[in-house]
Amino acid sequence: MQQLIYFFRKFKYFLFFLLLEFIALALTFNNLNFHKSKFVNSANAVTGGFYSYSSNISEYWSLKPKNKLLAEENTQLKNLLENNISINFHKDSTLIDSIKYQQKFTFATAKIINNNYSKEFNFLTINKGKKEGIKREMAVINSKGVIGITDNTSDGYARIQSILNKNSKINARLKHSNYFGTLGWNGKNYNVVQLSDLPRQAPLNIGDTIETGGKSTIFPEGILIGTISKINKGNSADNKVDVTLFNDMSDLGYVYVVKNFHKEEIKSLEAQNE
Amino acid sequence: MATLFIFLLFLQVFVLNNILFLDSINPYLYIVFVFLYPLKKNRTSFLFYSFLLGLLVDFFSDSGGIHAFSILYIAYIRLFFVRIYFRKVSADYPFFKLKSESFGKVFNYTVTLTVIHHLIYFSFVNFSFQNLSNVFLNTLFSSIFTLVLYFLGTYIFTKSE
Repeated sequence: MQQLIYFFRKFKYFLFFLLLEFIALALTFNNLNFHKSKFVNSANAVTGGFYSYSSNISEYWSLKPKNKLLAEENTQLKNLLENNISINFHKDSTLIDSIKYQQKFTFATAKIINNNYSKEFNFLTINKGKKEGIKREMAVINSKGVIGITDNTSDGYARIQSILNKNSKINARLKHSNYFGTLGWNGKNYNVVQLSDLPRQAPLNIGDTIETGGKSTIFPEGILIGTISKINKGNSADNKVDVTLFNDMSDLGYVYVVKNFHKEEIKSLEAQNE
Repeated sequence: MATLFIFLLFLQVFVLNNILFLDSINPYLYIVFVFLYPLKKNRTSFLFYSFLLGLLVDFFSDSGGIHAFSILYIAYIRLFFVRIYFRKVSADYPFFKLKSESFGKVFNYTVTLTVIHHLIYFSFVNFSFQNLSNVFLNTLFSSIFTLVLYFLGTYIFTKSE
């Protein structure tokens, strides 16, 4: 017993050091696991509050480009609307309001208050959380394309796992055909992501557009991602191509969080089948 | 010390984390806390505060416990390097000040601790053996950046006599 007490007294700093290092390691490993990361993240009231203060100030530097982006998106949406109206007028039938009952997604706006893109595992923070109905595993997009998936949420803030995160896997497909693959990131260039597991017979050309596939319950179908910039010819088994993003991930402002109404139903159905 | 703690935390998360020179090179100046914290016989509070500073930086930068791990490591081995470079025994600890030491010794001491910290940090950030060259390059450039800022800071903030 005396020996034991002596041992503890002699090595108390080392033991304390080991304990704290162990805590730090546990937090690190938890953070890399999408379903376990709970403790250390920027989506809590304190850090979220500080970040929203600082983004309120720095927002002024980018008002002009953000305005331009909004105007472009407005034009695009107006054009779409115009197309729809003309189709409806020409149809000689009664219009059933399918939006009310068949609606699958809703969109909520949020502001990015903290953005990372230079690390291997990147996360973003937005200024909406549980109070606005944002939960784990919702898609986050903007007018130019995919941004990520919500991860941890607190009352007022949510953390997003960016597509620039080595753990992110998103179902994506070619726009002109229905061949699909998995979109991931190798941690190098923040403008380029990798599309793998494409079937070999898929026709690939440089400049082809890649969009989300609609095979997951998170992302709606047909959200833009980017264009093919490099095709790895050769006998690699996984058939990887480089995709240049439409989004500039280093310069993001307002985003949309996508809520899927049918998610619970689809998930429960898939669980039954197993 | 409390003001230094808060100053370094906010400087790191709001200013330095946004520099991203050439998209990846950042100074990690918060480790200056380890250099400047006074040497004491009882190290529990020093280890704990270093850990806390790292953990708070982690909270802001969404990195799990990487900063906490690496700053705690250099906080623990600091004494070893104080003994090697400055040849101090425990009786000298209360009188030890970096300012009163010669520049060469201080340079060796800070460079060693900074490089060790950055090496651990970038190894964890990378978290695989794939981009090892990346780890070493990042360590090198970020260490230079951190040290230049530190020496500039000490040069500016020390009163000339």
